Amino acid sequence: MKNAIIKLLLILATLLAIAWAHRTLDSYTLSILNNIAIFAILALSYNLINGVAGQFSLEPNGFVAVGAYVTALFLIPPSDKVDMFALVDPAPMVLHMHAGFLPALVISGLVAMMLALLLSIPVFRVRGDYLAIVTLGFGFIIRIFAINQPAYTNGALGLNDIPEYADFLWTGSIALLTLIVMLHIVFSRHGRAMKAVRDDEDAATAMGINTFRIKTAAFMTSAFFEGVGGGLLASFLSTISPDQFSFLLTFQLLIIIVLGGLGSMTGALLATILVMGSMEWLRFLDSDMVIFGMHTGAHPGMRMVVFAVLLIIMMLFARKGLFGDRELPQILREKFRRKKGEA
Amino acid sequence: MNEKLLEVLNITMKFGGVTAIDDLSFTVDRNEIYGLIGPNGAGKTTIFNIITGNYFPTEGKIIFDGEDITGTRPDKVVDKGIARTFQNIRLFKSMSVVENLLIGYHDRLRYNYFEAILRLPRYHREEKRIRVEAMGLLEEFGIAQYADSNATALSYGNQRKVEIARALATGPKLLLLDEPAAGMNPIETQELSRIIRKIKEDYDLTILLIEHDMKFVNAICDRVTVLDYGEKIFEGAPADAIVDEKVIAAYLGDFNHA
Repeated sequence: MKNAIIKLLLILATLLAIAWAHRTLDSYTLSILNNIAIFAILALSYNLINGVAGQFSLEPNGFVAVGAYVTALFLIPPSDKVDMFALVDPAPMVLHMHAGFLPALVISGLVAMMLALLLSIPVFRVRGDYLAIVTLGFGFIIRIFAINQPAYTNGALGLNDIPEYADFLWTGSIALLTLIVMLHIVFSRHGRAMKAVRDDEDAATAMGINTFRIKTAAFMTSAFFEGVGGGLLASFLSTISPDQFSFLLTFQLLIIIVLGGLGSMTGALLATILVMGSMEWLRFLDSDMVIFGMHTGAHPGMRMVVFAVLLIIMMLFARKGLFGDRELPQILREKFRRKKGEA
Repeated sequence: MNEKLLEVLNITMKFGGVTAIDDLSFTVDRNEIYGLIGPNGAGKTTIFNIITGNYFPTEGKIIFDGEDITGTRPDKVVDKGIARTFQNIRLFKSMSVVENLLIGYHDRLRYNYFEAILRLPRYHREEKRIRVEAMGLLEEFGIAQYADSNATALSYGNQRKVEIARALATGPKLLLLDEPAAGMNPIETQELSRIIRKIKEDYDLTILLIEHDMKFVNAICDRVTVLDYGEKIFEGAPADAIVDEKVIAAYLGDFNHA
């Protein structure tokens, strides 16, 4: 009961903070927060299949792309599409697609989820690294599809003038929702079963767990939120093209969840803030700096070098990521208990 | 009620050209503690893997509680009421002792994915109930004080206990124990036989176990089958097994033909 009240208060406080930030902060800060919120959604959901269920997959760029395109096609008014599609006329289906922001996001999530189901049927029947290879291939296929089916995607030109509904109220509260859903899954029989599959699949089977079903559940849930995150990204950026959804996007998310600690949702959230934040905060490194009176000259890309070094240092000191595979409340509780024991 | 709980009927298992099990039959009665013994490589663990559905036998049938379960998927076999432990302890490394037990309750919890995500009343009710049950089980095994420790931080003997408790959490009728006393000192072994007898009574269990420690087998088993190179060479009371010529020959070598 006490826990439930604390949880409710935390949720309310976060929602108030989101609303406050949305009203008072300047647009530059808000765009950073938006970026962090969207990447938090992606990292949290990617962490479910990769960290919690331990299935090494490399697909988020694929699902994010699907979500982004589906949302964009639903949001852009049909009349604009006729003008926008420069290479070939849009397919009739594309012209008829139109919906509000929330339905568009939900449909994007559902489409990604159905694709995840189709992928999991062949992939989870076998074990090992097949998943990584197949999901990697899936990401490439989506991108090639986006380039080569201009009637649906406007090809390499991408989609522009996507209505910008995705403000921080949307991205922040959906990120919060994703965190809550993920934590609820982790602390349930299903989340425990996912962790059991990760630790020892044979022993999990011997406990009566249908490992195929539990892996598929993790994969589909993950895909749903990646699709929704993709939709938010499309509306936030207002323009998308196939090149945005390359393997680099997956790679960035992988860095985040490894840094946060594979399997830790609160860790993934903190890592998102650190990684996405430092990408911005380290920007001064790219420009000309004066050190002891000497000009360094501008070195575009310098921040990435520093970022990489920081990342290596962090991983050296925290081998299992920031939080290991535990959640922040668990860690705090243990610290508290230990202190009490010493006193 | 069926007096025979488990019937192993004419099981043959070939791996390529190697016959691991050759036309083996035996029957385990309800509420019996049945031992499966034999030298290394005799095919004991193979039989476990066939019963639990990990291997599909080349020939023969497994009847459990009157139902043919040959080739049933391992997770379904657990639902039917067969739980097992492993020869080389296989606890979930990243989890605490009590979490390991909670995995055992997976199929006995009925709340579904959406009830978990939305935290509906059934989630709270069932989670509360199994936590109490799991702590009860740990107390029965005398390891309740380690509930929140990481499972792999426990002593070898205690890890074995966790594994048996975890198997019990699935609510089995038949418990398969693969060398439960391996790596235990004599005092731990004695305590283990006491616990096994107790859980057998408390949970109305039938137990099939693989073991090398003959003293332990003698103390605990009602009947044994001795295997050698996949063939049954003896079946009967454990006290008779250790004086049986064929059994002695299998373990120590055949002196007459040496």
